[in-house]
Amino acid sequence: MPELLSDSLTGLLVPALVSALVPLALTLKVALTATAGACALGVGAGYALSRRGLPGRDFLDAVCTLPLVLPPTVIGYYLLVLFGRRGVLGQWLQQTFGVSLVFTWQGAALAACVVAFPLVCKGARTAFEGVDQNLEHAARSLGAGECSVFVRVSLPLAWRGVLSGAMLALARAMGEFGATLMLAGNLPGRTQTLSLAIYDAAQAGRDNEAMFLVVLTSGVCVLLLLASGKFLKLSPTT
Amino acid sequence: MRTTMRTTMRTTMRTTMRTNMRTNMRPFRFALASLALTLLFSALPAAPAQAEDIIVSAAASLTNALNAVKQSFEAGHPGVTVVTNYGASGALLKQMESGAPVDVFASADQQTMDQAAEKGLIAAGTRRDFVRNSVVLVVPADSRLGIASAKDLGLPKVARISLGNPETVPAGRYAKEFLESTGQWSQLTPKYILGNNVRQVLDYVTRGEVDAAFVFSTDAQQAGAKVRVVQTADGKTPALYPVAIIAASRKPGAKAFVDYLTGAEAQRILGAFGFKKP
Repeated sequence: MPELLSDSLTGLLVPALVSALVPLALTLKVALTATAGACALGVGAGYALSRRGLPGRDFLDAVCTLPLVLPPTVIGYYLLVLFGRRGVLGQWLQQTFGVSLVFTWQGAALAACVVAFPLVCKGARTAFEGVDQNLEHAARSLGAGECSVFVRVSLPLAWRGVLSGAMLALARAMGEFGATLMLAGNLPGRTQTLSLAIYDAAQAGRDNEAMFLVVLTSGVCVLLLLASGKFLKLSPTT
Repeated sequence: MRTTMRTTMRTTMRTTMRTNMRTNMRPFRFALASLALTLLFSALPAAPAQAEDIIVSAAASLTNALNAVKQSFEAGHPGVTVVTNYGASGALLKQMESGAPVDVFASADQQTMDQAAEKGLIAAGTRRDFVRNSVVLVVPADSRLGIASAKDLGLPKVARISLGNPETVPAGRYAKEFLESTGQWSQLTPKYILGNNVRQVLDYVTRGEVDAAFVFSTDAQQAGAKVRVVQTADGKTPALYPVAIIAASRKPGAKAFVDYLTGAEAQRILGAFGFKKP
């Protein structure tokens, strides 16, 4: 019986795990890059949107929220038209840097970044709006510039909100499917993330592989959520 | 001080009462509204009397041709509506295996239909070949790579070649057979961009995202001036399309549709889209 178990372990589980490692690593790479990008853009946009004096604030807020409400295929289509070989930005990137985003993992990261961006932006905006304006004014009255106010007062006070937005963005980026499929395609080993690998396995009738990948994805997501919960709890309360 | 407190209390009480009333009303109104909506939506599809929907799962390459056949069939069979479901033949088979309520299945290859038969999905004696297709190598119309034949695919300047995923897409499987027969299959592996169905492959090549692609000649005809056909690229297996009625189907319209599909009128329509007789 133990022999049988170890046989089935080495015979079934190990190859399955090895074949799942490539999409898993790729998913993490894509999701982390996308989250980093979404954070950089989202914190800036969230901070700008939290300023009352910003002209056209409601309109800009709607634009920033758009990727959250549009179907991912619509976003994928926009990105494909913009960044494709014949797209305006695609041609510029090709001529200036010799880079093409279509069918590359960077393209997958871009798609996931756009889809995850509103989650950081929304979280950051709410967090920045919650910061006591008197503290910011006090810093200004003590001679701090806008940049310094942001880095030393607003961001430290709002970072929990920003972080929870970032965690949601990471989770969203991990599960991105529609926009990724349209921009980056479904190339095994290159752009095939876990969600695409599951789709592929299910379509081709490789049920065992699909089931394994589904369980693996669920496990990774639960771990991420637990870790982020711990992380947020550990941080000092504001 | 006391007066202010009393006024505050009174205002608070009034607000609470009002809120209570409103919250008590809300579920009732909501229920009424949803009931009305439910009635409306359930009444809508019931409008045409004795209507029969037959669901046809068909290979992606049949998209435009079968839409035309559907229109002319429905014109001659009032009361029967054909609901089409296009996709890669392999993916459609998977859907049916999982219990999708399909009535007619048309695949772009014999292999997928054989698998459907093995799994007992199709009704015995209903399987018929209805069209034949061929695979072609195409390039974007504005391609400057000068690809003159499949041999040029090995050149370093050709970076991306798209074909359907051979696991689920018949056009991809035929293309693989062709490339295996010319001995290029494994050498070109790093260049492959695998599509989930043949129409996705066609989309990639019409947008110029890939340098060359393998699609059915009917797909190339559909793309018109956006692509240029380089050569035919048939594998050793002929691209014969079979159609069959699903064993679980209980709709008489299914047989009528399959009969119509193999009849003269439908064959004329399919021919206009570039499909050949089996």
